[in-house]
Amino acid sequence: MSTPYAKLPAWADYGLIPLVNLAVAFLVAGLVVMLVGENPFRAAVILVDGALGRGQNIAYTLYYATSFIFTGLAVAVAFHCSLFNIGGEGQAYVGGLGVGLVCLAFDSILPWWLVFPLAIVGAALFGAAWAFIPAYFQAKRGSHIVITTIMFNFIAASLMVYLLVNVLKPAGAQAPQTRNFLEGGQLPKLNWVLEAMGFSIRSAPFNLSFLLALLAAFLVWVLIWRTRLGYEIRMRGFSPKAARYAGVSETKIIIVAMLVSGALAGMMALNPVMGDQNRLQIDFVTGAGFVGIAVALMGRSHPAGIVPAAILFGMLYQGGAELAFEMPNISRDMIVIIQGLVILFAGALEHMFRPSIQALFASLSPRSAGVEAQQGEGG
Amino acid sequence: MDFFHSLILVLDSTVRLSIPLLLAALAGLYSERSGVFDIGLEGKMLAGAFAAGAAAAVTGSAWAGLGAAMLISIFLALVHGFASITHRGNQIVSGVAINFIAAGSTIILGQAWFRQGGRTPSLPGEARFSSIDLPFAEAVRDVPILGEVYSELISGHSLLTYAAFLLVPFTWWVLFRTRFGLRLRAVGENPAAVDTAGISVSWLRYRAVICTGVLTGMAGTYLSLAQNAGFVKDMTAGRGFIALAALIFAKWRPVPVMFACLLFGFLDAFAIRIQGTPLPLIGQVPVQFMQALPYILTVVLLAGFIGKAVPPRAGGVPYVKER
Repeated sequence: MSTPYAKLPAWADYGLIPLVNLAVAFLVAGLVVMLVGENPFRAAVILVDGALGRGQNIAYTLYYATSFIFTGLAVAVAFHCSLFNIGGEGQAYVGGLGVGLVCLAFDSILPWWLVFPLAIVGAALFGAAWAFIPAYFQAKRGSHIVITTIMFNFIAASLMVYLLVNVLKPAGAQAPQTRNFLEGGQLPKLNWVLEAMGFSIRSAPFNLSFLLALLAAFLVWVLIWRTRLGYEIRMRGFSPKAARYAGVSETKIIIVAMLVSGALAGMMALNPVMGDQNRLQIDFVTGAGFVGIAVALMGRSHPAGIVPAAILFGMLYQGGAELAFEMPNISRDMIVIIQGLVILFAGALEHMFRPSIQALFASLSPRSAGVEAQQGEGG
Repeated sequence: MDFFHSLILVLDSTVRLSIPLLLAALAGLYSERSGVFDIGLEGKMLAGAFAAGAAAAVTGSAWAGLGAAMLISIFLALVHGFASITHRGNQIVSGVAINFIAAGSTIILGQAWFRQGGRTPSLPGEARFSSIDLPFAEAVRDVPILGEVYSELISGHSLLTYAAFLLVPFTWWVLFRTRFGLRLRAVGENPAAVDTAGISVSWLRYRAVICTGVLTGMAGTYLSLAQNAGFVKDMTAGRGFIALAALIFAKWRPVPVMFACLLFGFLDAFAIRIQGTPLPLIGQVPVQFMQALPYILTVVLLAGFIGKAVPPRAGGVPYVKER
């Protein structure tokens, strides 16, 4: 193996290193807070309190987390196939079209529990369809999926603006959005769960799609680690050559992995469109597709890591909103910086601290780091 | 004559709209030719635009703005280099990170320092790169056709515009006629060969990303000091990605990069011009379609339907010395 890094014990690999990376990301974010003349410790206290302090805030945190679980899973599935699906934003946007069309068609005839499964299918289909073209081009014509999915984000944005302004907007309305869905197109809220646990909630958009997100996380785990298809996806991701030798069709695997990824990203739309706003409007994704990248990197592409990472980002989104009230110098854009720093330190620089941690392990107990670590240090 | 006049106007705004694309695409050219993919052009350009706006507002000098923009863009380019060259991280991930860091911090710092909702203060003329009238521009204005072309289209742009066009042959010369350029291209195709020749792969790639930083800084400066009078939040608005598209469209070659940027700039200018007026034969073209056209064209090109865009062979792959 030509990996330049030697093995560490599993708990250090999956626990310690991500935590160190995360800590550094927050440390740098703290420096930015200091740079704008605020106290980073006070900011952290306000942020955590704003995210978890009251039932209301917890409900909002979980609402945001729902979207990030979907988009995080979407990025992760593609990662396992060593594909970087940066197009979650566009796939979720187009997925929203699927949700919207289903709701507009059936909300007056069917109850929500019949519309919901149809909307899931709609979201997944539309999201997957938007991922299909880049996947097909990657598999058949070798065009780089990163570039094509970026381009498809922009194309999706133009397409959706066009459809909302020219096709879906009710006659006479000003705002570029569909009509409000009737009761059949509204998901029930889950706030009563939190209220049953003793929290009080005035109104929050926390809704049923959270459970769907958890179910999706479980199903992704089953798919990736417990099925033949998942095995083939991981094999292609680990070594395309080995996969080819084993008789795995590369074209098929790339396209299937991207379809699953796109479907998951598309299902994110259920949360804001059917669960909260109850209409399809411009820019409802608000960056959740990109947050998925940070979530997947932090969660190391494993559902068990993605769910807590999504909740952490949910906390950042909700707590960040509160922070913006308390500290005039800090707006919600602080989250974007933190997101970038997490992607930088947990993603691009994930190996930065590895040599020093290995050295530490080697000096503490030579056996735990193994002989390879010595060679790894030499390079 | 009327048609000719509107044509000149559209071409004039084509030039204005394609300059930031051209500078950013040339920036990407250096990095990508050396084997370091850079989807962080957008972020570096945005940070550069902010630094230029902020420094020009504080010092009152456009040149100080340009310097600050270059410094901050070089810094971000070095972060990208540190992650992808020294630590062999994923170059795409690193580029995405830089885009987010730039998008967030320009707004936060702008609001904290200037308190104008993320803008920098509006700049007076001397703190900007304002348009330069070339000699005789006024005198020849009345000469039919040529006079108008000279005075409207060629004259009356900012210094950065002329610099950007000069940078096209310069980049060609650097890449294809100097030793540095030869090595830069070699390291993007086959770093092991360069390493065997006793040349440092890392140092070459670091120099390439520094060039990227300088040029994205200029691109940002153009946005906030030439095209506008100050920084507005999120003012790059995806131009970094269109530049990337242009770079691919031009198959990573300097002169075609210029034409690709002019084409994308023209589409933009044309879309603004025809807004609301139906075209003969086609009828009303949705603005959104015109906006999406550069991206659609790039996807079509990448899929190999119009020629084939082959990226530098070692692009995106961190170099691990044999051990």
